[in-house]
Amino acid sequence: MSLLSVRDLFVSYPTQGGPVPAVRGVDIEIGKGEVLGLAGESGCGKSTIAGALLRLLPTGTEVTGSILLNGEDVLGMKPGRLRAVRWTETSIVFQGAMHALNPVQRVGEQIEEAILIHQQAGQREARVRVGGLLEQVGLPPRRIRDYPHELSGGQKQRVMIAMALACNPSLVVADEPTTALDVMVQAQVLQLLNELQRDLGLAMLFITHDLSVLIEVCDRLAIMYAGRIVEEGPARSVFYESAHPYTRALAAAFPAIGEGRFRKAPSGLPGDPPYPQDLPTGCTFHPRCPLAFEACPHIDPGLFDVSPGWRAACLLVDSAKPVLEGAPTHGHGQ
Amino acid sequence: MRPQPTSTQPVVTAPAVHIEVKEPPRTPRKIARARRKAAAKRVWREYRKNKMGMAGLIILAIFIFVAIFAPLLANSCGLDPTCPSTGPQLQPPTLKYPLGTDDLGRSVLTLTIWGTRISMTVGLVSTAITMVIGTTIGLIAGYYGAWRETVLMRMTDWFLVLPFLPLAIVLATLLGPSFYTVIFVIGITSWPGTARVIRAQVLSLKTRPYVERARALGASDWHLVTRHILPNVGPLIFANTVLIVAVAILSESTLSFLGLGDPLHTSWGTILENSFGAGAPFAGNWWWVIPPGLAIVLVVLSFTMIGYALDDILNPKLRAR
Amino acid sequence: MSERTLPADQAMEPEGAPPLLEVRDLTVTFAGRVGLGAGLVGRKATVSRAVDGVSLQLRQGEVLALAGESGCGKTTTARAIMGLEPPREGQILFQGKPISKRLRAYRRKVQMIFQDPTGALNPRQTIYESVAEGLRIHRIHRGPNGETEQELVARALSRAGMRPPERFFLNYPHELSGGQRQRVVIAGALVLDPVMLVADEPVSNLDASVRGEILRLLLQLRDDLGLAILVVTHDLGLAWTIADRVAVMYLGRIVEIGPAEDVLTKPLHPYTEALLNVVPEAGGLDRPILTGEPPDPTRIPPGCRFHPRCPEVASGAARAAGVEERCLGEDLGLLELRPEHFAACHLAAVAVGKGQAVTMAEPQA
Repeated sequence: MSLLSVRDLFVSYPTQGGPVPAVRGVDIEIGKGEVLGLAGESGCGKSTIAGALLRLLPTGTEVTGSILLNGEDVLGMKPGRLRAVRWTETSIVFQGAMHALNPVQRVGEQIEEAILIHQQAGQREARVRVGGLLEQVGLPPRRIRDYPHELSGGQKQRVMIAMALACNPSLVVADEPTTALDVMVQAQVLQLLNELQRDLGLAMLFITHDLSVLIEVCDRLAIMYAGRIVEEGPARSVFYESAHPYTRALAAAFPAIGEGRFRKAPSGLPGDPPYPQDLPTGCTFHPRCPLAFEACPHIDPGLFDVSPGWRAACLLVDSAKPVLEGAPTHGHGQ
Repeated sequence: MRPQPTSTQPVVTAPAVHIEVKEPPRTPRKIARARRKAAAKRVWREYRKNKMGMAGLIILAIFIFVAIFAPLLANSCGLDPTCPSTGPQLQPPTLKYPLGTDDLGRSVLTLTIWGTRISMTVGLVSTAITMVIGTTIGLIAGYYGAWRETVLMRMTDWFLVLPFLPLAIVLATLLGPSFYTVIFVIGITSWPGTARVIRAQVLSLKTRPYVERARALGASDWHLVTRHILPNVGPLIFANTVLIVAVAILSESTLSFLGLGDPLHTSWGTILENSFGAGAPFAGNWWWVIPPGLAIVLVVLSFTMIGYALDDILNPKLRAR
Repeated sequence: MSERTLPADQAMEPEGAPPLLEVRDLTVTFAGRVGLGAGLVGRKATVSRAVDGVSLQLRQGEVLALAGESGCGKTTTARAIMGLEPPREGQILFQGKPISKRLRAYRRKVQMIFQDPTGALNPRQTIYESVAEGLRIHRIHRGPNGETEQELVARALSRAGMRPPERFFLNYPHELSGGQRQRVVIAGALVLDPVMLVADEPVSNLDASVRGEILRLLLQLRDDLGLAILVVTHDLGLAWTIADRVAVMYLGRIVEIGPAEDVLTKPLHPYTEALLNVVPEAGGLDRPILTGEPPDPTRIPPGCRFHPRCPEVASGAARAAGVEERCLGEDLGLLELRPEHFAACHLAAVAVGKGQAVTMAEPQA
């Protein structure tokens, strides 16, 4: 049984001009110990999904569909049960997490808070656990007594990860955990997440706009565009053999250094990601798609099978050919 | 048979924005000006929705009307105790004297109406002085920084801690009690607050990327200040000014009440000074005390309400996104 | 539509002509503040040597990428080149003459593109006004062929890919998307017909799918107008995509510089190698990753400034090659270790057979 099972998720934000759909029918499935990457650009709805999983979206947001966490429907939970579930079964490392630390409270106390709130341990035992957590994320335990401003960006991010692990969740949702970090520190944090995931058997939902980062940590990849998943499948296949033209374009923005075909040949998409209030008809990607044809503005494609476990929402997808005809691929050596 | 993909290479398209163009545009400068006028109209429209702001504006409009048309509303002769229009002394309100009379038989209504002029004028002029000095100093200190900032800010601090009343009393004694003294005193004691606010805003604007960009383009300091910094400080200055006027009028009333104003001219403060000096509150001559006091309260309130409404509208941080 | 009308002074340089931009031993420092009490006790302000002896050259029509992590000094170098940051030492020469003498004229020829396109546009100015600003600052009312201001603005917007340009004149920045705003910033730079562009992280704030278009635009401007472009970036993938040459900076110095293909596929300096190792790809994370944080420019280590984090020192390779003492104690500049490929590394020098620790300013390329 999968740890997380999301079906038909719809999320709309209330605005002055009426409700705006941020997520329009998303299915997600994460098994125990599995790592799913969710990639997309601004306005695609990926951060909304992170908030929706634990009902952390602002009041007034309309959420429909089913979110099953270990078989329990999150959307139907009573507040008491929801609070118990938050952090103990699923925790979140937020975007801009480095700024989520209380500047006037010692770091150790902030991590303790999570443990104490869920009454998982008494004060003394909690302190010991926090020391262990810091070690696990690669920080010396004496850092418990530091204030946030005494830590660097990378160290703060490690503290946030430690906080996310405080109550031994089975699923960790990481929303842009490495975005504001330097490349070297980013690599360190990713390495840490990889190790933790392996050692603790964690399931992870890794949300980011940086597609190349996902390749390193994820088993499966899902690409979002305009509130929907447009491609999902094994990470290598999706990144290197992309079935959907949008994935192809996104992957091209992260060129492989050393590949001659990327020299002096930047490729991008014309136009911009659409605003949720103003979505094109038919396939929402067609105005920017280099392969669009007559049917595209009229038919909104669902997810077609490219091969077992790999699907893409494009009319050009033919299940016999996982690769788009005639288009060069990203990967190393086809 | 697979459909052949036709390449649709969309050119960069403009967003779906409705741009109203009234008549054929002449020069971009004229267009920009028209655009700014449209923006001003938008601000007005939003202001109209703000009940507090509208109430303040209406009250203020009444007082401005009274100040301007004072000669038509009340005979100026009524200020002169020897004028035949004066009536019996210390009379409670009657039909002939709707607000009663003071101890010299002058109509309190006439006094209050004429007092509007002085109080408003003093308030506005001293505010103008405050804004000019404060803005200039704040701009220079914030923009140039370094030694200029240090010198100016220390000076500002010095003036900031000057106690208002003792200074006023000393200056009035030296310069002689008159409204010019009052204007002067209010002017030099109020500008530090403005200078600090303006300097803070300039500091924040100075580091904005678009200011850097203009510098990289080769802009002179003058261009940067007039084209980029002032227009963005403008709304703040405007809202700040309105609140300062309120404070200035209140200060004028205080100083006049203490006897530092011009004894030959009537302002609300001097009316109160006379009435308190004659023991009106204790003798029960309420009609001599309440009208000027109420007038002060209403004017100050109106300016404050307008100021807050403007702040709500013009301050992007307060505006709900 | 590419325009091939180059003004006379932008004709291709003859061989052996001096480079367009030359930076010699540039040093930029920032002083920290010392409280009155500490100052009285004799504590000096900590000096941050953000740029500590940088020399480079840029030829006409060349794209040079200045790469490195945050705090390495690349942005400060770019700002110094733009004249926005006064150098403590060193010279910046443009077309052979120091820029400090004719800053205003220099600013007509060299333009900057900023990292944050939203911040770089005054929210109260229309697109037209933002682009025309350069013309107005330099009091240019007519173009070289008699064009009006309106025509010049339209041409700049058109060159930056905003077509039809008139449609955007009245828009305000908040009505445009990120990619469009960056194009407006580029148009604002193009309107003065510059010879050189300095682009500070030109696409890092933009959506990934939009980046390629802006990069393509920059390359096109180089091809059509002969612009020289200095790109400051932390993204080596971007350097691979558009740069002719790459300079890698660390702690205020250039540690490696050379043709992009060489530096990015056959790096000489251990730091460049470390940076390339962490570019994500499906090799998994078992590659060596440098420990520690980007260093502090107020505390520069003695000797080779990279030695505390150098994997070659840590692994003993430096000792085995006999250079460890020099790494720890002897500071060095760039050495030409392969044709036109320079690196500041004792170990690399020995490996290539040029074990001299002679510091050289970047010689004529």
